[in-house]
Amino acid sequence: MADVIKKATREGYGEALAEMAAECSRLVVLDADLSKSTKTGSFLKVCPERFINCGIAEGNMMSIAAGLATAGLVPFASSFAMFAAGRAFEQVRNSIGYPHLNVKIGATHAGISVGEDGATHQCNEDIALMRTIPGMTIINPADFLEAKAAVRAAYDYEGPVYLRFGRLAVPIFSDKADAPFQIGKGVTLRKGGDVTIAATGLPVPFALEAAELLAKEGIQARVLNIHTVKPLDEELILAAAAETGAIVTAEEHSIIGGLGAAVCETVCAACPVPVVRVGVNDVYGVSGPAPELLKIYGLTAENIAQKAKEALALKK
Amino acid sequence: MTREEKKALSIFAARVRMGAIEGVYHAKSGHPGGSLSIADLLAYLYTQEMRIDPKDPKKEDRDRFVLSKGHCAPAYYAALANRGFFPVEAMATLRQVGSFLQGHPDMKGIPGVDMSSGSLGQGISAACGIAKAGKLTGKDYRVYTILGDGELEEGQVWEAAMFAGFQKLDNLCVIVDNNGLQIDGDIDTVCSPNPIDKKFEAFGFQVLTIDAHDFEAIEAAFALARAAKGRPTAIIARSVKGKGVSFMENQAGWHGTAPNEEQYRAAMGELEETLARCEREG
Repeated sequence: MADVIKKATREGYGEALAEMAAECSRLVVLDADLSKSTKTGSFLKVCPERFINCGIAEGNMMSIAAGLATAGLVPFASSFAMFAAGRAFEQVRNSIGYPHLNVKIGATHAGISVGEDGATHQCNEDIALMRTIPGMTIINPADFLEAKAAVRAAYDYEGPVYLRFGRLAVPIFSDKADAPFQIGKGVTLRKGGDVTIAATGLPVPFALEAAELLAKEGIQARVLNIHTVKPLDEELILAAAAETGAIVTAEEHSIIGGLGAAVCETVCAACPVPVVRVGVNDVYGVSGPAPELLKIYGLTAENIAQKAKEALALKK
Repeated sequence: MTREEKKALSIFAARVRMGAIEGVYHAKSGHPGGSLSIADLLAYLYTQEMRIDPKDPKKEDRDRFVLSKGHCAPAYYAALANRGFFPVEAMATLRQVGSFLQGHPDMKGIPGVDMSSGSLGQGISAACGIAKAGKLTGKDYRVYTILGDGELEEGQVWEAAMFAGFQKLDNLCVIVDNNGLQIDGDIDTVCSPNPIDKKFEAFGFQVLTIDAHDFEAIEAAFALARAAKGRPTAIIARSVKGKGVSFMENQAGWHGTAPNEEQYRAAMGELEETLARCEREG
């Protein structure tokens, strides 16, 4: 697939913000000394007057963003997922979540694909943390174009949003020109009745590849792109559960508390079917090139296909 | 300051103290000590200093207030009630199920509350955000925030101070309720945040140290804060924790304890006497 263009979702974040600068007068971008990495530097270039560098103080940045939002501005507070959701969790919960303020959190470098920096910077817990905050919307785009669309949708939406982006360049597979981004609505990327693969973020293209592999064995897999982890598209998940009878989830996140957990919680209450979760299995990451790490932690088309067969075998 | 103004302030402050005690007593929980120490500051802010309209609590160009030491909500609510944001009678519902008066300030449900607070250290950052928003949008409102001196032990306070100084937020006025006591005792025996003035000075603040119970000193400090250009102001307000109720004064134990019925009657008796004296003499 040499002709596939690859771009990191964080590039989509920066590019969308820069494009929106002129038309979105209430947009303010905050960063904590990572603007080159989070790509908010693109916004800084075109709109320095509405860019606020808070220095290396993420908790303070979140509460400042809350204050800006009380005055009618729409702040995008940016840092690595580890610090945005991890270090600043309590500020996000109490300063932003509890008053349900219109703050967008742009969290880049999520998951193990951070690579060489290793476990201290590989945040596999952010979705779990953010899911526990009442009223928080969580969007985890799968490619550059979806990331851009998500940023615009988040600006138009009133309320706190956690946007999750990756460091690694990943294939652009979507074409948003004919499919408008809708918060809370999953996308069926492939039809199939034997098993469902529900993926979010980076492993979405792997899920499509896994479906190809399964098709060669006569197994028709449905593939869902769940870009919004909260609120979860329960209708789509439950229909998949009822119609395919088995689900595999795939995410670049701990198997605890993320998409896999959200899907389990949804189906076990309304339509219990076997769910097999692919993700980071309750361990810390290690340093190494991202593509190697993805293999080590099972985020590959082959492993997703294998888990799909396991889910199928569990089907009654 | 005229005698009449001082009289009105004393009366308002006495009513704030009564409202706070009323609320904490009925809730059987809450924070009377720090509420009493900020009553005079709140009286000045809500009757003299801030441009606010109880009939239009969300007015765009209003001055803003953030109670960073959110646990002193009883005094804050009593000030808002006495200023006309909601009925004073609501104080008796403080912290009760079904009441809008949550244990800590809740901007979603309480008229006049500009920012939810309660987790120490976060209010001053939010105040910085509101002040920065004023600068970005060209509004001339001012932002006031009250912190506890124990609260200064939170690292986020100094992150916010660094930001305020660096951003030259001269529309921000930080007030430290310097009563010297925190839950575990004297601030100097727990993990001293002293010297407070030098720390704020180092972050580029105009620093003013005043008596938190002297209305003329409060008035002068706020005037200097308003006159400051290119730098925020920190007012270190030396206060007495529990001020106005003799047996609560300077007692760390009254930080987060509600009075029993006997203590409630004694406290209200004292405050009623104070109120009557203020109304009589000014």
